[in-house]
Formats: sequence, structure tokens, C-alpha cells
Amino acid sequence: MAEDDDKQEPWEHDLEDPEPFHHEAVVTPHLRRRNVPALYGIMAEFDNPSDLVAAARATYAAGYRRINGYSPYPIEELSEAIGFTRTSLPLIVLIGGILGGVGGFFMQYWMEVIDYPLNVGGKPYNSWPAFIPITFETTVLCAALAAVFGMLALNKLPQPYHPVFNAPNFALATRDRFFLVIEANDPLFKQDEATQFMKTLGGREVIDVEV
Amino acid sequence: MDILNFVWWIGIGHAGTLISAILLLLRQKWRTSINRFAEAMTLFAVAQAGMYPIMHLGRPWLAYWLFPYPNTMGIWPQFRSPLMWDVFAVSTYATVSAMFWFVGLIPDFATLRDRARSKPWQILYGLLAMGWRGSARHWHRYEMAYLLLAGLATPLVLSVHTIVSFDFAVGVIPGWHATMFPPYFVAGAIYAGFAMVLLLTIPLRKLYGLEGFITMRHMHNMAKVMLATGLIVGYGYVMEAFFGWYSGNRYERYMVWNRMHGPYAGYYWALIICNIVTPQFLWIKKVRSNLLVLWLICIVVSIGMWLERFVIVVTSLHRDFVPSSWGMYQPSVWDWTMFLGTIGFFFTLLFLFIRFLPMISIFEMRTILPEAEVEE
Repeated sequence: MAEDDDKQEPWEHDLEDPEPFHHEAVVTPHLRRRNVPALYGIMAEFDNPSDLVAAARATYAAGYRRINGYSPYPIEELSEAIGFTRTSLPLIVLIGGILGGVGGFFMQYWMEVIDYPLNVGGKPYNSWPAFIPITFETTVLCAALAAVFGMLALNKLPQPYHPVFNAPNFALATRDRFFLVIEANDPLFKQDEATQFMKTLGGREVIDVEV
Repeated sequence: MDILNFVWWIGIGHAGTLISAILLLLRQKWRTSINRFAEAMTLFAVAQAGMYPIMHLGRPWLAYWLFPYPNTMGIWPQFRSPLMWDVFAVSTYATVSAMFWFVGLIPDFATLRDRARSKPWQILYGLLAMGWRGSARHWHRYEMAYLLLAGLATPLVLSVHTIVSFDFAVGVIPGWHATMFPPYFVAGAIYAGFAMVLLLTIPLRKLYGLEGFITMRHMHNMAKVMLATGLIVGYGYVMEAFFGWYSGNRYERYMVWNRMHGPYAGYYWALIICNIVTPQFLWIKKVRSNLLVLWLICIVVSIGMWLERFVIVVTSLHRDFVPSSWGMYQPSVWDWTMFLGTIGFFFTLLFLFIRFLPMISIFEMRTILPEAEVEE
């Protein structure tokens, strides 16, 4: 068995090292046991969308990846700034539409041709042109259901509790305040560094968000 | 009466979807301040429309028989029938409109939740907002979902009135059996719908002092849409008469003659005056700017669209191919009271909506403010 002495395995970390795994350090069970509130992330607060987008770009440029912005209305530049530009929603909707269309047509086919063939006005059992309107409707229905429930599922909504709601001013996120969060599970996250970094971004204030 | 009121209500609903979906796709930003209200109107109008076929069944508690569910009778619905198409079209339309409306409301529910001062409202709006927190990732998916829904609703709204028109066009009754019916019905629906939006918006704007949000530009634009669709409808009337003549078919020719000179001629000419003559005043800018006159025109058009459906349904049916099926129809007092009842129900829902929910989309209005621009 070829040994690689330089490589440290996860279970053989140095006991002297205070933070062996930065990305797990802040939410380890022993912290919870001691009733120290675990950290969700560091949040900075901004007055306007331009500052928020600029700050998000700077944070992304600093190498942080698990970041998120919060705003009262959609800001196109913001999702680009945090590096979130792709979503699988269109694919889900396409699949929903295809399933709805195929399912709608074959529902009618099965009922009118296989399960209970009935001669109506001498028309063929599979009078497919007459099945098209309902096929169209089921296509749209299933695609629309996929769009709504797909969006909610990808967003993990409904979600009554979320750590960011603990932030004192966060109720303003649905009115006129803008927020940026570096999450504690970011690989580069170190609480002091992240706090120092966010203070340089020119927001109103920087706070810790507890889980 | 049931049929024509069904068609009238469902037509009214179409403007809401048109405003929210088609104008969104066309990037008409002026839609923002009226779309929420128009969507609510759509939903409530479709609810009224949906009641008519169910009442018409005679045994409304068995309405679920229309859906293809495995039953002890061992039979399935007749999918070759346009009435069955209607069931799917209207129920899909109602479902998609409701989802579109609700999805649009989620971020506004979150705003209401965060602004509510008493616990019960916080809980209620909190439940409805489903934990919306304005996350950038959520917004991104949300916008995509909204756009896709708009893209799906657009062909849907056209298909709904197309299928409604199939109820007539697939039949062989003279005056119904025309290939022109789908586009003619869709234009009529948009026409009637915009008339209803204006009819409701003009007093609301005044009462709630919304002049800053719903500006004269909105009024002008909606009036122009009405004028355009009114002209399409007028073209439809002309072509209807032309088809009757050009068909060379004596029944079709008689139907046209009977409409213009028969026992229901008064309805026909009233319809021409309401739907073709009256909207011509909208060419004049002064008329469009005078809200009282505009409002009166909208009332006239709403009546005209009701007359149109009356003429199509009744005058075609009362002189069928065989004289044995000829007759006269006048709506009974119960027909009228039921119609009034649906109007009352419609306004009840509308006023509840205005009272409890934001009738102008809060978050969409924010996006068009100058402060919302991201400066680079």
C-alpha cells in the first residue's frame, strides 16, 4: 500500500490546530452542547442596490463562493455578482410540459380506444384531431404546475424559519434595505477575517447571524 | 342565457391575462401598475363563468362527472365533444391564472408580513409568504418562473376563447358553423376585458387617489387597445354577414337576413351601435382624456359585448333548419336574477381583494423606480 506521508487524512488532524476544518469549525456539535450559538454567516447591510451589487462583486472577487444577497425586489446584476446565473427551472418546465402533453393524449387514447371503445357518429376510435385541444390544455397545465412547484421546490419554500430572519433589521429586506451574507460554510470562511473584510465594503453595519 | 353569460364572463377575464402575460413578454413596463388588479379581475370573472355551466347541468352537485376519473359506472367522458374541451380549457385557465396571481403576490405577502403590527396578521401573511426572504437566488428562479408562466399563459388565454368558440363553431347551426369564430371570439374577449378593466379602474383610481400610479398614459393605452380590438370585432361582424351571403346556402343567408330584420333585429342593431359605432369616438384624444366619457363608453361596450353573445346564441338557435324547432326566447326573471347574482359575487370578491391585498404589485413597482437602477 503506497503511503503518502504528506497527505493528512481527516481523522488524523493535529490536536494543536484550533481550526482543523474551517468549513466545519463553527457548527461543530461541541459548540452546540456548550450553548454557544452556532454561526450561520456574517451579514452586511446596505442602503441601495448599487452598493450591494458592488459589495457582492468584491466579495466574489475575494474568493468567497457561498454568498447571498437579499433585496426587496429582483436585481438582475446581483445574481450575476454572486455567481448564480443558471437554474434548472426551464428544464423542469420542459419536462412537465412533455409529460403533460404525452400523458394528456394517451389518457384520452386509452379511455376512448382501449378501455371503452365507443362508436360516436361513425368516427374512428382514435379520432386524434379531436384529442388535440385537451392535449394542449394538459400540456400547459402541467408545465405551469412544474414552473410554480419547481420554483418553490428549488427555493426550498415554504420555509417558515431561516437564520437570516434573526438579524435585527432584516424585516427591512422586504422594504428598502439590502443585505449581503457570507455563509459560514464557505470554504474560505473565518469569522474574524470575514467580518473584517465585510467592514471594508462600506455598508451600514456588519453583524453575525446566528443559526 | 347560461351560455351567453358564460361566454361574457369568460371574455371579461381575458384582459387580465393579456395585461399580465402578453404585455410582460412584450416588455411593456406600463402594465406594472395595473396587472395585479387585472389578474384578480380575471380570476373572479372566471369564477363567475365557471358557475354557469355547472348550474346549467341541472344537477350541479354531480359536476365532477365531467372529469375523467375511474368510476363505478365504468365509462369515460366523451373527448370528441367541445363541451369536454371546455371543461379542460376553463379549469386549466382558472388554475394557471390563480397560480400566476398567487406567485405574483408572494413577495408582497412578505412585505405585508414584515409590516403587519398585530400578531394574527403577521401569522396569516407569514403563512401566505411561505418564508420569502428576498434572497438573490430565489429572485433569480422566481423571475424565471414568472417569465415561463407568462409564456405559458399567453397561448393558454388564446386557446381558452378559441375552445369556447369551438362550442359554437363545431356545431352545424347556421350562424355558428364558421371558421372565423376563434380569432373573432378572442378579439371580442380582449375588447370586453379591457372595457371591464377601465370600467373598474376609473372609479378606483379616483377613490383611492392612485393618479400617481395609474396615469393618463394607462388610460390612453387601454382605450387604444379597446379601439383596435373593437375594429377587429367590427371586421368580424362584416365577415359574418359576408360569409352568410357568399356561402350560397339558403339557411346561412336566411340567418343573416333574420338577424338584421327578424324579431331580434333590435338586439342586432343595438349591438352594432354599442360595439362598432361607439368605440369610434376613441380615435379622438379628447374623448380618451375625458374619464367620464371613457367610462360611459366602457359601459356601452360591456353591454354591447353581452348583446353580441345574445345575438350569436339566440338568433341562431331560434330559427333552426326545421320549423318545428323554431321558437322565441326571452330570459326569465330567474335568468336575470342569476346574472345579477354573479355580478354581485364578482364585486364582493373584488372588494375583498382591494381591502386585504395589495392591488398594485409592490415589488414590481419598486423595480421601475429610478432608485432601483444599479449604477456601475
